[in-house]
Amino acid sequence: MTATSETLLAVDGVSLSFGGVKAITDVSFDIRKGEIRAIIGPNGAGKTSMLNVVNGFYHPQHGRITYKGKTRPRMRPYQAASQGIARTFQNVALFKGMTTLDNIMVGRTLKMHRGLFWQMLRYGPAMREEIEHRRVVEDIIDFLQIESIRKTPVGKLPYGLQKRVELGRALAMEPELLLLDEPMAGMNIEEKEDMCRYILDLNKHFGTTIALIEHDMGVVMDLSDRVVVLEYGHKIADGTPEVVKADPKVIEAYLGVGH
Amino acid sequence: MFYRETGQFKQSYAADQAVFPILQDRLGLAAILLVAFVVVPLFGNEFLLASVMVPFLILSLGAIGLNILVGYTGLLSLGSAAFMGVGAYAAYKLSTIFPGVNILVWILCSGFFAAGIGVLFGLPSLRIKGFYLAVATLAAQFFLQWCFVRISWLYNDNPSGAIEVPARTLFGLAITGPSATPVTRYLVVLVIVVVMTLLASNIVHGRIGRTWMAVRDMDIAAQLMGIRLLPAKLLAFAVSSFYCGVSGALMVFLWLGAAEPSAFDIKLSFLLLFMVIIGGLGSMIGSFFGAALIHILPIVIRGLPEALGLPIAAATVEHLTYLIVGALIIFFLIVEPHGLARLWQIAKQKLRVWPFPY
Repeated sequence: MTATSETLLAVDGVSLSFGGVKAITDVSFDIRKGEIRAIIGPNGAGKTSMLNVVNGFYHPQHGRITYKGKTRPRMRPYQAASQGIARTFQNVALFKGMTTLDNIMVGRTLKMHRGLFWQMLRYGPAMREEIEHRRVVEDIIDFLQIESIRKTPVGKLPYGLQKRVELGRALAMEPELLLLDEPMAGMNIEEKEDMCRYILDLNKHFGTTIALIEHDMGVVMDLSDRVVVLEYGHKIADGTPEVVKADPKVIEAYLGVGH
Repeated sequence: MFYRETGQFKQSYAADQAVFPILQDRLGLAAILLVAFVVVPLFGNEFLLASVMVPFLILSLGAIGLNILVGYTGLLSLGSAAFMGVGAYAAYKLSTIFPGVNILVWILCSGFFAAGIGVLFGLPSLRIKGFYLAVATLAAQFFLQWCFVRISWLYNDNPSGAIEVPARTLFGLAITGPSATPVTRYLVVLVIVVVMTLLASNIVHGRIGRTWMAVRDMDIAAQLMGIRLLPAKLLAFAVSSFYCGVSGALMVFLWLGAAEPSAFDIKLSFLLLFMVIIGGLGSMIGSFFGAALIHILPIVIRGLPEALGLPIAAATVEHLTYLIVGALIIFFLIVEPHGLARLWQIAKQKLRVWPFPY
């Protein structure tokens, strides 16, 4: 799916500080429906904080966030989830004691409604619901090619696979906006290629809008439709990869300036 | 050799999502139930039934309750004995106020009272975790035990301060009080424990169980999946306390026959916590293993010298029992910190691939 001009999420003049430390200062950008939007910047630029703001983990002191045309007041993470925002983490945040299958099944929580009574009996409606969602989860497992590890506790999996399971868990929520925090950190070239393929497939076939933080510039420039660059909490550039790559401020931020 | 799942192909997701997907597990469970329901009542003597099996089952139920909270949801609690006490006193009050209603109804209803109190003392769990939560639940332990001593209405102003179980019947058969035979009491406890274990196992294998485990393993990610922490934790407190409450009511009505407030003191809370930790956090069968290790093992060790004809004085046997049980607990925790349930799983895994090492 190619990017449309319709705005899915607009961040408008957001500032976030922890005590005296300013994490984000007056940052504005938008994410259009169906695009792959990269957020880049040196370490400590406020990229992850930005995602946390979008998620509802942090509440910015100033600025507004408009999602699907609605400007939202203070929001909790579970509300973000119920509105279709899913997320993966920089340092894998899987449920370590559970199997791959159960991890991805947790992603279906919001879509399952049977209460304690039927759950207790594990029969009738509860079981039908369980099977119905198992089917969806199996599709995701097929898509990510992790069939062989469905019953393995995720704590035992190698790092690359854990990242993939985490993506699967986010996909199980059928998100409209998928936030990926360094999905390729610490991966080898092959794993990176796989991950890129999944991200592109998701975007093309399911029309999922993706916001991505990544340090591998090759990946960022190839994948993304538009890039926003942060440095010390300020936005220093915004535009297509070509424009951003040529921006002197970006080059300065990444390479330093000659004296 | 016999424990192989080879050739057992699942044709449907329903078969694969079953709690016991492997045939041998189902057969094993059926055999255990057969022994428990038929062999033990037929051939067990009064001592085995009344002093070994009934307490074992009741403690197992309490351990399952605590395991839901500590093992599945990751909320450390030291108030389980107090919640058992709430169940016991609620059942006692209800059965004396409404003597006409069957006692089993009141035993199960007492769980709801315990659940309510449990939710109340579970409220701080949103803000505090780990050891700090354990200290907060300690408040429940001391406050509730204080209530059991000070509020004389709870024990019907009985001058001894204890609650005494009235004689009650089911289908004309005495199930509580002095005239109830050990066999009847055993069977009543067994039915309740088996059914409640089954229900608990269903809960933890479904959506709610996954929600709890998600909160336990990574609460930040759980929130992002749309899980609201407070309701999830309070539900865990409610279900856990329900189980503890029923277990407490059973303890007084079908095991002890009478109880003073000191029956529900902090020692019992610790005992349940030990059972859960030694048996295996987050495991149903582990709760039974833990209860067996803590309750049955000392009885067995105590009986050994006499059975073997060794001339050891009773006091020495008592001391030795403490020594051996303590050493065994340490031994098991070193061999497998994840508890007996994990050892059981490893054993099953070894059987599965036998005679090959992996």
